[in-house]
Amino acid sequence: MTDQQIPSPSQAAPIVPDAPEKEPGESRWHAFVREVTQGSVLISVLAVLLSIIAGGILIAATDEDVQRAAGYFFARPLDTFRAIWDSVAGAYSALFQGAVYNFRRPGFAAGIRPLTETLTFATPLIAAGLGVALAFRVGLFNIGGRGQMLIAAAAAGWVGFALDLPFGIHLLAAVVAGIIAGGVWGGIAGLLKARTGAHEVITTIMLNFIAFYLVSFLLRTPVLQAPGSNNPKTPAMKETAVFPDLFGPGYNLHAGFLFVIVATVVVWYLLNRSNVGFQFRAVGENPHAARVAGINVPSVYVWAMVISGALIGLAGTAQALGTIKTGFGSGIDAGIGFDAITVALLGRSRPWGVFAAGILFGAFKAGGFSMQAAEGVPVDIVLVVQSLIVLFIAAPPLVRTIFRLRTPGASQRPSRRRKAVAR
Amino acid sequence: MKLELRGITKRFGALTANDAISLTVEPGEIHALLGENGAGKSTLMNVLYGLYQADEGSILLDGVEQHFAGPGDAMRAGIGMVHQHFMLIPVFTVAENVMLGHEQTKAIGRLDLAAARARVREISDRFGFDVDPDARVEDLPVGVQQRVEIIKALSRDAKVLVFDEPTAVLTPQETDELIAIMRQLKAAGTSIVFITHKLREVRAVADRVTVIRLGKVVGEADPQSTNAELASLMVGRSVELTVQKEPAKPGDEALVVRNVSVLDPNGQKVVNNVSFEVRRGEILAIAGVQGNGQTEITEALLGLQPHVSGEILLDGKSLIGLPVRKVLDAGVGFVPEDRTEDGLVAEFTIAENLMLNRSTGEPFVKGGTLQLGYLNEFAEQKRKEFDIRTQSVQSHVGRLSGGNQQKVVLARELSRDLRLFVAAQPTRGLDVGSIEFVHTRIVQSRDAGIPVIVVSTELDEVVALADRIAVMYRGSIVGIVPGDTPRDVLGLMMAGEKPTEVAA
Repeated sequence: MTDQQIPSPSQAAPIVPDAPEKEPGESRWHAFVREVTQGSVLISVLAVLLSIIAGGILIAATDEDVQRAAGYFFARPLDTFRAIWDSVAGAYSALFQGAVYNFRRPGFAAGIRPLTETLTFATPLIAAGLGVALAFRVGLFNIGGRGQMLIAAAAAGWVGFALDLPFGIHLLAAVVAGIIAGGVWGGIAGLLKARTGAHEVITTIMLNFIAFYLVSFLLRTPVLQAPGSNNPKTPAMKETAVFPDLFGPGYNLHAGFLFVIVATVVVWYLLNRSNVGFQFRAVGENPHAARVAGINVPSVYVWAMVISGALIGLAGTAQALGTIKTGFGSGIDAGIGFDAITVALLGRSRPWGVFAAGILFGAFKAGGFSMQAAEGVPVDIVLVVQSLIVLFIAAPPLVRTIFRLRTPGASQRPSRRRKAVAR
Repeated sequence: MKLELRGITKRFGALTANDAISLTVEPGEIHALLGENGAGKSTLMNVLYGLYQADEGSILLDGVEQHFAGPGDAMRAGIGMVHQHFMLIPVFTVAENVMLGHEQTKAIGRLDLAAARARVREISDRFGFDVDPDARVEDLPVGVQQRVEIIKALSRDAKVLVFDEPTAVLTPQETDELIAIMRQLKAAGTSIVFITHKLREVRAVADRVTVIRLGKVVGEADPQSTNAELASLMVGRSVELTVQKEPAKPGDEALVVRNVSVLDPNGQKVVNNVSFEVRRGEILAIAGVQGNGQTEITEALLGLQPHVSGEILLDGKSLIGLPVRKVLDAGVGFVPEDRTEDGLVAEFTIAENLMLNRSTGEPFVKGGTLQLGYLNEFAEQKRKEFDIRTQSVQSHVGRLSGGNQQKVVLARELSRDLRLFVAAQPTRGLDVGSIEFVHTRIVQSRDAGIPVIVVSTELDEVVALADRIAVMYRGSIVGIVPGDTPRDVLGLMMAGEKPTEVAA
């Protein structure tokens, strides 16, 4: 290595031999500040902010009142601005009221209902987001969320409607079945990568198709299809197998959310405090060094995909046993397997980041509908905002340029040089 | 062309990487820029090459002030750069690489490869480079690839050539050839800036020497100064250039390697029937030109090579076929050749890297949980013990200089209970001060009774450390000779000749 490493400011310290010792508390704070200002927490927040602004522009531009007022802009410019304000503020306040708290409803119990809706939507998003994030940390790109969710939903659903088990045990058995099924489906891709080197992006996409058509087929056979029905749809879940409502029948929020909180804690512990997670992260950052350090890299790939699939399986389970209890078809995944990638990116693949990102996306989903209902703003605007978030996150330099942030201190070292030419 | 840098200052936040550096390179002069890793040499050259904009100061070519917005401007002005890590496309031919970036075309955008070939031939013949324009770059040895870089710069009419640590990747022979090439270029009137921290090369080729330390010019030196003088200027204190060591007191045979052969993934024999043994308390150096099977034999010891035959016994226990984990548990310490690729996880903290190969059990893991408190204490202690210069053990290892990175690797390996220590190219790319530290540590482990294997392509290092020397050539051991064998004999052996008076 040469002294190319000097360039960035945060590297100043290591080369100065007599750098003053920092108090432990101060250095932790320092690390936090660095994480926030130079890492991507700030980028994530700013990306959301930028996307909402861009969404606001779209809302205003497509609003009829704004267009009408703009027609006589030079006569009465204030009208245009008022119309813009009305449309954007109206849309976003509808979004807020649909996602967090509805002031138009009497009483707290009714007013808070949108928030519980948000959390309901967030439940599978967080679970699947954790799965994708965990794979990211191991250097794997799991885009097989759809397949893993479908298989998990089918397994959990089958246990839920076909078996007769006592209350409590039945639910647990169904959840475990879903998690295992998702884990197995993810593990196949892991095993293929470990044994044959097949790229997980290819295999998980293909497994999506296999899962979709397999479940579609099973939905036409007595295995999954409701008896006496012609629709490719399962029977309703038995009462003993569904996630109980957390706040009674008036709210959709179910106990699956508690499972997701537990899953977040477990993933946090696994990644940050356990030796398994240490090995996972080592493989994710530098598989060569991990191998030399005696870590069994192929086995890490397999287990990471199993756990990733299991978490996404939990998302499928939450859909089948919590959100849609009346029986489901092959659309049960509802695109969550792909939204999960966005959630994981926005959450920077950190467990609590994913948790927060999942809730934000849940809020978009919950609020999007009421925005359309109340203000006539098409729900697609929400999709545009979500997509813009991904765009901004994928391009941190863009966000940094817009907000004039400093580039973080990571020096671009040609660490893969050996592969490139020197051989 | 005369190059002048006047008062170049470049700051990165609070750090001043270059502090009012002035430098003049006369036409046809080889000006060596000497300094430790992190002294600011590469920053200065990146300013010269237009990759960074200087905060203060100016660049003059033949007395005309220049403003480079990017490398393109610098190239047009006649500055060429030969980077340490080659900027070549492996699957392209030499001619294609040389034309890349300023391709000449014929009608409808067809590449004029013939012109590029002719250009390569012409430059190649002028300096006796012996480079085939149609050879694919990936098939060429490293030394020849470097010549392609030089041809690339010359084909753009570079009058000032910057060599950034050019010998770091070369074998001793290739280094000699490069030095000859530099002399020829100089004779043809090219000005050369030669960045290095290898003192011998400076003495061999430089007309003038400027020494940089911590971003400042600390002085000009006479290229005929002794190594010790140059080294102390560079490091800022006097440096021990030879390793202080007592004669070895070898004990029992600890490692026995018998008839070991290694096949590469294509089924080629890269290590051929190698046998040697290492005793407790001795250093066996494996010398040889890069790529003669040394890498593979060390990887075979550690269990990283899949196709190994023969016998490897450590304290009577066979290591062959064991997974890496078990080999490490058997007490093998390993410093890999490429520390950034195989030795460290750049994005991990220093502390995390210190437990990288101990993530399966106590003391760092209890019941599957990382013992972060213990890890921190351990890291702080190792930071002091190994003089790892960093603000915090929570800094990412990727931000350390090469020397400090190597100290992290050493600290990790030497704090385990070792029964064998294998160090491959332990000082590659390190500055003088770090080399001294690493060598001292290696000798200390030997004196503690650990059998040590040092693999090195640097004859200096081999001679400094070895109690016995095994020379490898084309996958076989040419002979195992005592540590005080003269250099010329070793040189002959490295070329594959088996001196008759040497018993294997």
